[in-house]
Amino acid sequence: MSAREEIMTRIKSALRDAPETPVVPREYRRASNMSAEQRLEQLVERLIDYKANVFLTPAAEAPARLAELLAGSASIVVPHGLPQAWLSRLKDVAVKNDAGALAIHVDSPEHRLTTAELDAVDAVVTASAVAVSETGTIMLDGSEDQGRRIISLVPDRHICLLTVVQIVEVLPEAIARLEATRPQTWISGPSATSDIELERVEGVHGPRTLDVIILT
Amino acid sequence: MSSNTFLGMPTLPVFGHGNLNATEPFPQAAHRELGNEQLRANLGHATHTIRDKRLKVVAELPDWEDMRDAGSAIKNATLANLPALLEQFETNFTARGGIIHWARDANEANQIVTALIRETGETEVVKVKSMATQEIGLNEYLEEQGIAAYETDLAELIVQLDHDKPSHILVPAIHKNRSQVREIFLREMPVVDPNLTDEPARLAEAARTHLRKKFLSAKVAISGANFGLADTGTLTVVESEGNGRMCLTLPETLITVMGIEKLLPRWEDLEVFMQLLPRSSTGERMNPYTSLWTGVTPGDGPQNVHLVMLDNGRTAALADEFGRTALNCIRCSACMNVCPVYERTGGHAYGSTYPGPIGAILSPLMTGIKSEENNSLPYASSLCGACFDACPVKINIPEILVHLRGEDVDSQRAKLKVPSQMDLMMKGAEWAFSSGAHLNLLEKGLPLGKFAAGRDKVIKKLPGLAGGWTQSRDIPAPPSQSFRQWWAKEHQPGAAAIPGNSSAGTTEGEQA
Repeated sequence: MSAREEIMTRIKSALRDAPETPVVPREYRRASNMSAEQRLEQLVERLIDYKANVFLTPAAEAPARLAELLAGSASIVVPHGLPQAWLSRLKDVAVKNDAGALAIHVDSPEHRLTTAELDAVDAVVTASAVAVSETGTIMLDGSEDQGRRIISLVPDRHICLLTVVQIVEVLPEAIARLEATRPQTWISGPSATSDIELERVEGVHGPRTLDVIILT
Repeated sequence: MSSNTFLGMPTLPVFGHGNLNATEPFPQAAHRELGNEQLRANLGHATHTIRDKRLKVVAELPDWEDMRDAGSAIKNATLANLPALLEQFETNFTARGGIIHWARDANEANQIVTALIRETGETEVVKVKSMATQEIGLNEYLEEQGIAAYETDLAELIVQLDHDKPSHILVPAIHKNRSQVREIFLREMPVVDPNLTDEPARLAEAARTHLRKKFLSAKVAISGANFGLADTGTLTVVESEGNGRMCLTLPETLITVMGIEKLLPRWEDLEVFMQLLPRSSTGERMNPYTSLWTGVTPGDGPQNVHLVMLDNGRTAALADEFGRTALNCIRCSACMNVCPVYERTGGHAYGSTYPGPIGAILSPLMTGIKSEENNSLPYASSLCGACFDACPVKINIPEILVHLRGEDVDSQRAKLKVPSQMDLMMKGAEWAFSSGAHLNLLEKGLPLGKFAAGRDKVIKKLPGLAGGWTQSRDIPAPPSQSFRQWWAKEHQPGAAAIPGNSSAGTTEGEQA
């Protein structure tokens, strides 16, 4: 008998008493009763609580905000589906930047950056799929404007853009918007650990800086 | 149908092996650990910190109890339909390019993982913290096979560098304080800043530097999984540091070891567990990072994705109708953080990979009550019930502890040809409490106790089994008469009646 068959047989035998399948009570909150402004306010508060940097920016000023945040950087990586308009002011950074031109590496299915290349860039800029205000969580699902999981992991700084309509209050609302089978990363603040005396400190293996630009 | 048809049919229960045993009786191990004052100070500090954090974030949610009810029901439904859900998971995970292996026990799982690593030609692997691989002793096995496994979770790293054993399922190095961690890093890391301070942020940074190259060059990673979603074939790892993401994303080959009970029926169920788990374990609204993957995603992450489905005694636990809900455990560690016993003895006293209240039931359920010293674990509790209140999936740990104590007593009795001391004491009690006359007779002996107590009016040592009670406390001298004797005297005809108590007097039983 194969291990699979044997384990299945063991399970069936263990369940000989045919335990009942309970009906799952789903009385918990599955939809928000907050206004969009309240959700935004809550998300900002909770992101800051977990040491992310938050920038509320009118959508039209996104390029300027990015240029401001990237001043002094030498290189960034972006997924190939990132809205090009967001990057339109980065040429200005290049001019002002003492290090010379800001190198913008585009990661695409045709040209994938290597781990070593990603390790050498200063920052990654991505969009996001959905955000949960109650927990201060931003979800990435590997869409073209967010890219492969590796690009938002190896660089030490992650600049993440999201729009107000992407903010939900509670986790069940986000689950309803996400497709399970896409490769996902849920991010709540920069990399952190509570392993020493159960005290939370930020900055371990993931990006040590998380900048969130919320487009209003 | 002849009975031959059932040849090869496994006889239940088939118990698990590996790091699931108390190797010495709990009282003995606890006694030793209690002598370590540094350990008690570290644990007291850590468990109280996490308790406060947990209470704060749980209080934030108006629907916490609704979530616990949902979580408990989802898990019970999972167990009730496990064969169908496993098949569904397998179909979905496999359809997306993942490969599933089945392991009856620890040894088989270790062999499967080793063979998979050998296929890649690598001799080094990076590891995400995983209870399942601790349970099966994978690191030790791989070492014997000439494969080096590097733990990447900070606390696991501390324990591995110190050649120590984990003492907590969430924070394996909970028994070490910051200055001890600093000493370990200075002593064991090949390249380390000699001016390293004991600030947790500096220590975390040292871990980052130490592991960075390993992550960027690793070809094979080994992980556990927090949840497997049957209807989509999705696996989940919940973590904080980004070491999980590194292992799950960078290498070419990913091997995950997961217990068969880790499934959830539906994708939506994750919305319950991803609220219950982070708040119960680290006391955060959400853990910093959660990764989800479904088989292979072309061009993104590992392209060789394996999953080892582990039994190792889980079916034995499932076969116990009164104990099977222990399999609902999501390894949050809330029960040990609130446990007055764990807080003082620490995790090493339990021997098994799974310490604390959940370990005290899970270990004997998986190995059988007769395995090594696991029959001592169900007694490692005052049955105060704090664990039950804290459990996000409402496992009634005290009830299962009592059930397992019963199993232990029955199995001890089966072994003995003559009745044990406990049997005799229980028999004695049965006789004494079966009639008032018997009890009266015994109570006549009370003055003897007073005599035994002597001048200082305490009994310092009782004989036999009862000696356990006097090991750490004295018994005050018994009074010269019992309450019943006093009552009878007070209520003799002619004695002053108690005002307002018209029924005062002897009961029927006492007249006997």
